[in-house]
Amino acid sequence: MSTTLLQTSPFRALASLRLTVVCLALGMLLVFLGTLAQVNWGIHRVQARYFQSLFVYWSPPGASWKIPILPGGYLLGTVLLANLIAAHATRFQLSKKKAGIILLHLGVILLLIGQLLTGLFARETQMRIDEGQTLGYSEASREVELVVIDTTSPDYDQVVAIPEGVLAKGGKIQNPSLPFTIKIGQFMPNSQLVMRSQAPQAPPSPATQGFGKSIVVTAEPRTVRDDERDLSSAFIELEGTMGSLGTWLVSNAIPERQSFQLDGHTYSLLMRQRRFYKQFAITLLDFTHESYAGTDIPKNFSSRIRLTDLERNENREVLISMNDPLRYRGFTFYQSGFDNNDKTSILQVVKNPAMLMPYIACGLVALGLLLQFSMHLFGFVKKQSR
Amino acid sequence: MKRSRIVVSLVVLATLLYAVAPLFQRDRRGGFEMGKFGRVPILLNGRIKPLDTVARNSLLIIHGKQTLSIEIGTLTAMDWLAEVLMKPAQADQRKIFVIRNPETLTALGLSPEAGKYFSFRDFVPHLQEVEQQAALAQKVEAQLRSPFQRDIIKLFERLTLYHRLENSIEVAGTSDFKRQVEELAKNIHPDPVPMKTGITTEALQSLAFLAETGYFFAIPPFPPNDDPLRWRKMGESLLMFLSDGKLHPAVQTWATLASAFQANDAATFNRTLESYCSQLQRDLPRRVWKAKVESVFNQLQPFYSAMVLYVLIFILAAASWLVWPKTLGRYALILLLVTFAIHSFGLITRMYLEGRPPVTNLYSSAVFIGWGAVLLGIFLERFFRNGIGSATAAMIGFITLLIAHHLSMDGDTMEMMRAVLDTNGWLATHVVCVTLGYASTFLAGFLALTYIVRGAFTPSLDRATASSLTRMVYGIVCFATLFSFVGTILGGIWADQSWGRFWGWDPKENGALLIVLWNAIILHARWGGLVRQRGLMVMAVFGNVVTSWSWFGVNMLGIGLHSYGFMDSAFPWLIAFVASQVALMMIGMLPLHLWRSQLAAPRRAPAPEMADATA
Repeated sequence: MSTTLLQTSPFRALASLRLTVVCLALGMLLVFLGTLAQVNWGIHRVQARYFQSLFVYWSPPGASWKIPILPGGYLLGTVLLANLIAAHATRFQLSKKKAGIILLHLGVILLLIGQLLTGLFARETQMRIDEGQTLGYSEASREVELVVIDTTSPDYDQVVAIPEGVLAKGGKIQNPSLPFTIKIGQFMPNSQLVMRSQAPQAPPSPATQGFGKSIVVTAEPRTVRDDERDLSSAFIELEGTMGSLGTWLVSNAIPERQSFQLDGHTYSLLMRQRRFYKQFAITLLDFTHESYAGTDIPKNFSSRIRLTDLERNENREVLISMNDPLRYRGFTFYQSGFDNNDKTSILQVVKNPAMLMPYIACGLVALGLLLQFSMHLFGFVKKQSR
Repeated sequence: MKRSRIVVSLVVLATLLYAVAPLFQRDRRGGFEMGKFGRVPILLNGRIKPLDTVARNSLLIIHGKQTLSIEIGTLTAMDWLAEVLMKPAQADQRKIFVIRNPETLTALGLSPEAGKYFSFRDFVPHLQEVEQQAALAQKVEAQLRSPFQRDIIKLFERLTLYHRLENSIEVAGTSDFKRQVEELAKNIHPDPVPMKTGITTEALQSLAFLAETGYFFAIPPFPPNDDPLRWRKMGESLLMFLSDGKLHPAVQTWATLASAFQANDAATFNRTLESYCSQLQRDLPRRVWKAKVESVFNQLQPFYSAMVLYVLIFILAAASWLVWPKTLGRYALILLLVTFAIHSFGLITRMYLEGRPPVTNLYSSAVFIGWGAVLLGIFLERFFRNGIGSATAAMIGFITLLIAHHLSMDGDTMEMMRAVLDTNGWLATHVVCVTLGYASTFLAGFLALTYIVRGAFTPSLDRATASSLTRMVYGIVCFATLFSFVGTILGGIWADQSWGRFWGWDPKENGALLIVLWNAIILHARWGGLVRQRGLMVMAVFGNVVTSWSWFGVNMLGIGLHSYGFMDSAFPWLIAFVASQVALMMIGMLPLHLWRSQLAAPRRAPAPEMADATA
């Protein structure tokens, strides 16, 4: 059965070297165009449009339709993977002579799968932490969340968080722990906020409560620059059992909580960078920043932190510096930047379940290439010296 | 046999003599020990280096050359720097600033008839105008600046550098610095508050100016200490003296040197220099030794000698395809080995001085690509003995060193490494592998160029040479695949270790990936029978285009983690290179009967077993 399948012509085509060459050539084109596109679109959008997609689309400026012009990274990767596996199934037998080729292609397969898994499951967040501060969470730098905080109890806060993905869909949101529904009026992934006093011509604000009444918001396209952050805003209307409670403006540009009372409870509204809580806490003891003598060329950054984990009874000091991260419970903390006159450290927090795959892949490929080419080389040297 | 051995030894000896000749040039101008003065260590941009390096790099930045032609003879960089530091009135009249852009001249109200060379004094009335124009231009993003804006910014930077150099030891125009320091030492009552020391406001201001403007750190740590953070500028050291009353002995030394030089008193100058050098030798023996090595290295300019020799080798090896193949080919290889030794000497000395693996910036990558390609070329020549390995290696060696020479125009090529890059382990593995990948891809490409040029334009490409070139290109492409692949993945692992992202689609990463993909395409196309001999050659030439894009092109985008700043001046060259490669690829694809070499099976008497070679 398998032999007949392997001999069918579509399967042969799938296993052909011609397909390999075509895929690799298209891959080159994709990578080249994806590099050029970064000049105008920034790395994040290019990554999503070119590399983490099935097709790269093109649409004329202002048009609402789009046509696929190039296979995207996911599609090319998948076809290459199928091509590789098919080729090995049909053509290669296990033999000493082919060991190098098989090893190195196995490495390539692992690399492709690893990158796919990373693209799907890895999460990069940031921790901005001041000296002396203790944090138990990191934040997404390009994603916000709306939180409703019930601050009635003096001992604890009860928080309901609504991630950006849900806000972008709009509609009504109901949560069993809230006695009201949240109606998303308008969600703006990026926006500009101006005081109403500076823009007297602006139409009246949809907001009827909180600071939104005195602010004019205009939607903006998402930023393409890697060093800028989107200012997201939304108008939300809360509806209790007795009807509307009012409309609020929330925005991560204004980190101020807006509170109101309902049924004896005090609630606060806030839009902030989406948080990811950890099972442990980090305290920044000291941040240092060295430069070379007589210059401002940075020589080293490092953060001395205290790691506290009540579950695992960990309470120790750690030094995180450039090229020397902290790895703990599946997360890796990297020294990424600093701010605020060397009083604030910025740590990059990464969770990537497929982290080890490139390492294994690299070893396999290197070993395979070495085996293969040294066999060629020795054969060649032997022939020459004869 | 014996005679030829003597000839070989003579050739080797002559080449080495040529390489060390610069050491024997005179270094005493007007009786002043300028060579010795050039070896004095100072601190600049975080690195302790000899004054000679400061002199050469500054003159290179300001004037575009390492020497200065004057009415009678030439000034070495050190002669010039000594004047700038200690006899500025004379230095101000040297025509060192070159302006080629007529718009710049017009904007400054200088007449184009005055020529393109100007002295600092010529600019004195226009300094404010230059500063204003530069400030205007600086507001425009680097990529969008007009040629005039780039030129005026460059001029402003050069003038600033000159001004700072002039005010590094004494305030420019001081008549007798030694006496000034002595009087200061006599009249000061040390106090943490400078105004209570008895110093005049004017004198205090000029010290503060000296501390602020001075370009390099001339005063070593006292008490002697190896910590670079403790070096001081002349002005800083004098200001410290106001508060603690301890006058650093080196301050007096520099003051004596300055006054002696100004008064044309070579004897005092040399004596003071001699005793300062032996003091430093006692205090900082390691720094003094390194400074000495560096200044000898500067004088030898091994990469320059190697560059000249590579031209000679190329001519010899290429001539061997026409006449006396054995003799010429042999001498080409011997010369190549000697030149490779000179090239290696330069590379290793740089590694020693920096305490780093060979590649740390764009400049050193050019030096290393040449080195790697020549090494591989030597191996090829050793096996094939047909002059092709030598010629191609020499050509790449020459071109990469020429590129390195132009890259060195921006100043010190041994800069300190930024924090992220400050790991010798990764620099030694990832960067070296990727750069060897570049080197071998270029080598394969240039071998293929040899094939196409010899085949299309000369009758010298016979079938045996063609097939040995094919094997060379194929082998080198395999090698290139190995190094670029492993190097690229190691880069990913470094990124993963440093900021948790194995692959971020950064332009430089993508450039390396393109090289890997292209080499893989060549190999798969060859294995799949999609291309044969000439197809392989044409594809290998395109490897040059891909590699030049990855090496330089992506840096010109001005984005990403690896961008080294926008290199506008190199852009036309890159375009010209790519165009030439595409043209040669097209020639490579011409029907065979248009080629001068008879690779095609003869039409009249077809020989079946040779049909294969026509592909």
